[in-house]
Amino acid sequence: MMSQSTEITPLAASPDRMLGFRTFWHYFSVNRGAVIGLFVFILLVVAAVLAPVLAPYAPDVQDKTAFLRPPAWQAGGSTQYLLGTDAVGRDMLSRLLYGARFSLLIGAVVVTLSLFGGITLGLLAGYFRGWVDVAIMRVMDLILAFPSLLLALVLVTILGPGLFNAMLAISLVLQPHFARLVRAAVMAEKSREYVVAAKVAGAGHLRLMLRTILPNCLAPLIVQGTLSFSNAILEAAALGFLGLGAQPPTPEWGTMLASAREFILRAWWVVTFPGLAILITVLAINLVGDGLRDALDPKLRRS
Amino acid sequence: MALLDIQNLVVEFQTASGPFRAVDGVSLHVDEREVLAIVGESGSGKSVSMLAVMGLLPWTATVTADKMSFAGRDLLKLSSAERRKIVGKDMSMIFQEPMASLNPCFTIGFQIEEVLRFHMGMDRAQRRARAVELLKQVGIAEPAERLDSFPHQMSGGQCQRVMIAIAIACNPKLLIADEPTTALDVTIQKQILDLLVSLQARYGMGLIMITHNMGVVAETADRVIVQYKGRKMEEADVLSLFESPKSNYTRALLSALPENAVGDRLPTVSDMLFEPAPSAAGAAR
Amino acid sequence: MSVRVLEGKDIRRDYHVGGGLFRGARTVHAVKGVSFSVDKGKTLAIVGESGCGKSTLARIITLIDPATSGELFIDGNKVDIARGGLTKEMRRKVQIVFQNPYGSLNPRQKIGDVLGEPLLINTDKPAEERRDLAMKMLRKVGLGTEHYNRYPHMFSGGQRQRIAIARALMLNPSLLVLDEPVSALDLSVQAQVLNLLADLQDEFQLTYVFISHDLSVVRYIADDVMVMYFGEAVEYGSRDEVFADPKHNYTRTLFAATPRADVASIKARLAKKKAA
Repeated sequence: MMSQSTEITPLAASPDRMLGFRTFWHYFSVNRGAVIGLFVFILLVVAAVLAPVLAPYAPDVQDKTAFLRPPAWQAGGSTQYLLGTDAVGRDMLSRLLYGARFSLLIGAVVVTLSLFGGITLGLLAGYFRGWVDVAIMRVMDLILAFPSLLLALVLVTILGPGLFNAMLAISLVLQPHFARLVRAAVMAEKSREYVVAAKVAGAGHLRLMLRTILPNCLAPLIVQGTLSFSNAILEAAALGFLGLGAQPPTPEWGTMLASAREFILRAWWVVTFPGLAILITVLAINLVGDGLRDALDPKLRRS
Repeated sequence: MALLDIQNLVVEFQTASGPFRAVDGVSLHVDEREVLAIVGESGSGKSVSMLAVMGLLPWTATVTADKMSFAGRDLLKLSSAERRKIVGKDMSMIFQEPMASLNPCFTIGFQIEEVLRFHMGMDRAQRRARAVELLKQVGIAEPAERLDSFPHQMSGGQCQRVMIAIAIACNPKLLIADEPTTALDVTIQKQILDLLVSLQARYGMGLIMITHNMGVVAETADRVIVQYKGRKMEEADVLSLFESPKSNYTRALLSALPENAVGDRLPTVSDMLFEPAPSAAGAAR
Repeated sequence: MSVRVLEGKDIRRDYHVGGGLFRGARTVHAVKGVSFSVDKGKTLAIVGESGCGKSTLARIITLIDPATSGELFIDGNKVDIARGGLTKEMRRKVQIVFQNPYGSLNPRQKIGDVLGEPLLINTDKPAEERRDLAMKMLRKVGLGTEHYNRYPHMFSGGQRQRIAIARALMLNPSLLVLDEPVSALDLSVQAQVLNLLADLQDEFQLTYVFISHDLSVVRYIADDVMVMYFGEAVEYGSRDEVFADPKHNYTRTLFAATPRADVASIKARLAKKKAA
């Protein structure tokens, strides 16, 4: 209500995009966890981009003299390998840094694919209703009825193991969430008067869907997109751990965990660090997602 | 002695673009058995000042006042628990959207009895009897059967009657009605206004009518306060306000009524407000 | 000589409420055979309370929803969107302004695009010309060209309603349906928008169908008045006839319920109160 009360005279001609961003930042920064999450996420992106510069070694260089070397601060460790080495003498730190690239790539590709599919299907279902809606949404329900990891496993088994197929499978599994979200938002927006007004102005179906309705459904999608980003990383790691995602020697975190499984008692660092990396990344992104929800969802905005 | 006495009330909200002053130094008082109307357009702070008195504002609001007393008690010094005992019992409020003010999950009987249990400590049979009596008072036919209805089974006008029943359940000394008829049709509006005024007279309550509708003011009020952008523009008894409005803003509001149109153009508020005049200087910006 | 812009003959609209598991399907008659006509440059006001079918009728006249039966003529041409579809030319002729200025503008669309969109869809005017026309219309409804690049949330309710009116006028319609255009606005803004509507009607010889529940506004703006009650037109005549001598009981009830803000009735009320 407060935003409506400052009226009568036109608002000052401040650049509106800046104003929009400032309001967004105000609500986002109220959530301290979100800011920390964002900070960590930016660090991760920097680490991934600058991996060749930051990493002391290439991710697949083996040092035959240093198998399972513990981290630098533990007895037997040296500053040569800060986080120790794995079973074949590869530097953990370098592999983790390069692994960040894969995780971020997986997140980005999966979210893009499932966003695209989900928006298309949800838009069609929510806009046309009737049998189109029934057909699309029943298929979505079917996908959702499977435990997501199980379904991804089945898909990867059919398609054959590999990083790309894993991403494809995960996006198919995550896609119904987007479709449902878009459908609900489209249905809510479709009855709004501005849509009727555009129709009266002569706008066709395609224009109504893409230009009029879709831009107003984006806020919840951004939030869901962020949360799916972390979900995708998690599922890709799980697939990697099960040997169906990225294949060794790719320094993907889940795959690293899998190949370190047998050393879990002898060398804690080979499992702990990739695990921690996954944990921190997912946590950071989820925190950002929460903050985005606070900032973008008008229903949760405090007065 | 005044029932409600407020001196220099200021309410500020913290917003993304800095503090926003919604109420700026408003003083008002209501006597027992008096109908006070607070008139203003959206953004005049008329609802906010009453929500501040009830203690119903969100945490982003800062409320300050030189004095805020109700029935001889200083509201500023009360703890929130003590305040809750007053709000809903001695001082109650009804809102614009009757459908949204009732909880759709519970029967109206439950919702009336809830107030009675909390504030009056009646037992089950007493509560039931009192609820039937209340519904009868607000003019709902077959009150005993109606107690088991859910809000969605009733019309907007009936829901507003139920809201009034809840509001007067504990014989309040002061009833605040925030745009009670804005969401209703004209014929229903008339019935609700008549009901409110007759209840006010019968129980000798103080009644504060918050409204933007000059017609509603003319039909109900004894005394009127005109607010604009958080400030008090004018305070007068109802007849002299309509007969000889003192502030330019009030004059502008009255002449903008379509029924007062002279010729085929309506004078607008800005036409009159932005003429240089001392009383409007604070209002025009 | 007057030209008939809009004519409706025995317009009906039924809704079928789908039956559930334990309930049979019902038919709701929202509009029960209403006939009316409006001449060029005139205003027909349709008055009624919520649920009387006036908004349904507005959507039929605006060619958004089809009528179940009855004939609708616009500029002398029979239109039936249930059969035969709708030509661009007919679409252009009828435009609408909605009640709620906060819902009727796309929040993600700049004002310039809001005004340019009807031209973009319906004409092949180049971007330059669309821009000029939109700027011209902005000035016509009392806004400035500096508003062209702003978003709807930066405007007040009254300004938004001006934008909605400007959008409706972009295609040079012959008929404008106004669905409670001022009932969501503050009193002072209401007066400005009513003045604007009167000015535009004079300038473009526009024909209005004005839907409202507020009798004082209707009395100010209308030439003819139709009172609707439960889907039927219970009273239909010129403004002066209807206001001077209401025939139907419901119309009288409506008049009696409208609050009066004149000194005489306040005096009468206060005197009655003192006596009681």
